[in-house]
Amino acid sequence: MYLQIVLLILLITAILAVAVIVGKYMAAVYKHERSPLDFLKQVEHFIFRVGGIDPQQEMTWKQYAVSLLVINGIWWILSFALLLLQGSLPLNPAGNPSMEWSLALNSSISFLTSTNLQHYSGESGATYLTQIAVFTFLQFVSAATSLAAGVAIVRGLARKASNSLGNFYSDLVLSVTRVLLPLCLLAGILLMFCGVPMNFNKPQSITTLQGDKVTVATGPVAAMLPIKEFGSNGGGFFGANDAHPFENPNVASFIIHVFMVLLLPAAFIFFLGYYINQKKFSRMIILIMCVGVVLLTIPIISQEIAGNPLQSKMGISVLSGNTEGKEVRFGSLLSSFYAGINVAIPAGTLVSMHDSYMPLSGISMLLGMQIDAFFGGVGTGWINMLVFVIIAIFMGSLMIGRTPEVFGKKITMRQIQLAMGIYIAQPLICLGLTGITIFAYNNLNAAGAAPAWFSNNSSHNFTTVLYEFTSSFAGNGSGFEGLADNNVFWNLTTAVAMMAGRFIPVLGALAIAGIMLRQRPTPYSAGTLQTDSASFGVMLFFVMVVLQVLSLFPALVLGPINEYLTQLS
Amino acid sequence: MKSNIIKSIRITLVLTVILCVIYPVAISLAGKLSKGRGDGETIVVNGKVVGYANIGQSFTQPKYFWGRPSAVAYNAAGSAGSNKGPSNPDYLKDVASRIDTLLKYHQYLKRSDIPAEMVTASGSGLDPDISPAAAQIQIKRIADNRGLTVAQVTDLVAKHTEAPLLGLLGPAKVNVLKLNVALDELKK
Repeated sequence: MYLQIVLLILLITAILAVAVIVGKYMAAVYKHERSPLDFLKQVEHFIFRVGGIDPQQEMTWKQYAVSLLVINGIWWILSFALLLLQGSLPLNPAGNPSMEWSLALNSSISFLTSTNLQHYSGESGATYLTQIAVFTFLQFVSAATSLAAGVAIVRGLARKASNSLGNFYSDLVLSVTRVLLPLCLLAGILLMFCGVPMNFNKPQSITTLQGDKVTVATGPVAAMLPIKEFGSNGGGFFGANDAHPFENPNVASFIIHVFMVLLLPAAFIFFLGYYINQKKFSRMIILIMCVGVVLLTIPIISQEIAGNPLQSKMGISVLSGNTEGKEVRFGSLLSSFYAGINVAIPAGTLVSMHDSYMPLSGISMLLGMQIDAFFGGVGTGWINMLVFVIIAIFMGSLMIGRTPEVFGKKITMRQIQLAMGIYIAQPLICLGLTGITIFAYNNLNAAGAAPAWFSNNSSHNFTTVLYEFTSSFAGNGSGFEGLADNNVFWNLTTAVAMMAGRFIPVLGALAIAGIMLRQRPTPYSAGTLQTDSASFGVMLFFVMVVLQVLSLFPALVLGPINEYLTQLS
Repeated sequence: MKSNIIKSIRITLVLTVILCVIYPVAISLAGKLSKGRGDGETIVVNGKVVGYANIGQSFTQPKYFWGRPSAVAYNAAGSAGSNKGPSNPDYLKDVASRIDTLLKYHQYLKRSDIPAEMVTASGSGLDPDISPAAAQIQIKRIADNRGLTVAQVTDLVAKHTEAPLLGLLGPAKVNVLKLNVALDELKK
């Protein structure tokens, strides 16, 4: 057990070491300096020529934001249409139907926003065409959008008295050709050698050993898995996500999955350090993120390996932990380790079903998704972190009576307002929607017309609702899957949360970057708040945790804590 | 704005060709070199495919080792977990009745012999494995049913117990389908 934990820590250390190299490489790519994959220039020139794009053309933050929004709009329209029509389009050997409008709306928004909340089940709700041309495609381009937005915001900090954040299309294309695609090709092939299938066969009918007739779903799985993890997306090919033995056949593939989930969010922070030449700052941020992930994961692991006390009361052996919803090949330790990482990083992939986790594990899960910056998503984790950095600098500077500034750039009232706006949107929307939902449900229940949404009991259902909205807003996309969520109410409300959770932080942070861009940095003086010092690091960590715990605590009492106490009695 | 739309459509077209045609085809071709050629590793008995090594299947007959409970009855075209919360009373009733069923078919067992994973559903509903402890408790039933000695079956289970990765990471496990195929092939 302890040996395994040491191995997992070594695994994370190894991933961080690779992330340093990838981060340095990314800095060269986005600065358009020489880098190892420069032979791809031909391909990129071709893409730019067909697209009618001049990659050297610089954009203001508003032009950057508009380009981002327009292309996202086009992707959304195309995906929505394909999902509505998938039943009558080719590459549908299982004969699955077209999606109902609200499900198509939800699914297209879900993958566009890199959330990957799945109100459909892959085996019966999608076709090979939509798995590839909608879901895998959107996983690539939404991750590239996150990267581009993150890079632009880093440029806002790096450039001096400038007007331009770079070229959105160039950043988008380079993110695909230089970062995502090479990594995905490599990982996809490795996964196939672990036993992940990749074919366009129709579901196979077989007769089992004891003579039952069974249909086994298969498909182009290995193409989707890498980008689902690298891009902090999380939408699985099959309904059971990474718990499905075809998506994650063994411990070797499990290690590849952990690698893929963690690599780019970590590499992005190192990239930032190289890009703005603040390596000490980036190491401090990585340290904060690691501490955060560890503190979130420890309670989950300890809860899950201890087993369900209500089952040990029945007299059986719970040495293997709380095994409901977990697979034997991963066991309770690896499953809960993966759960901790996947609530901190909004890939939100599941090797085990979070709905069946112990009540107190739910606290870590909700906190991790809400903070969304203990690594957080590729590109977007940094956006959330920047918001906390600005708030922490503002508070710290007030304490020592200095003008708040970050990397020599003054933080003005406008930036504070934007940062606070981004921060406050999260509890406002998640708790707001949870409140409305519970209110509506209880009223309908009193009138005897309650919808059959829940498969569990009282306080667990509250956690289910809160989890669904928090996950939607955070772009996480995991869920307490017992919720009957494929109906107009859930499809529309979560779509609102996903859109807000994606575009408020991205546009808000681009606006902040736009303001910083124009500033000429002031030189460091003895009175400047040292943003790379240990004391600032500690302060930043507590700002993150305290802000989130304060806004979430009352809801935690109603949900997981209530369930835990009830279980005790 | 209008030029943005045109650029966006054109760039989407090129990216579609790269990401939806070239990329999946490249992965498929590379995968033809892998075990199972990208179709998943199958288990063949007498020239007939009886299942996939990685996809669990339902075993209910007393002569076979049983796998874990499945929330979807091992429907390999509709994977899912039970998603039951840990304190859900209906769920706990299910667990209790699974314990009773196990005790009924294995009268030699004490309750404390039963490992939790044998009475709880897996995440995918298709878990191909059981733990060595879960195989252990079934050995006597199998031996009695097939007229084998306990030692013979114990031996077979030991042979089919897969160690953790490099002997270090992850739990030990037994693939139920492979074990049952071997059981059928075992001479008395």
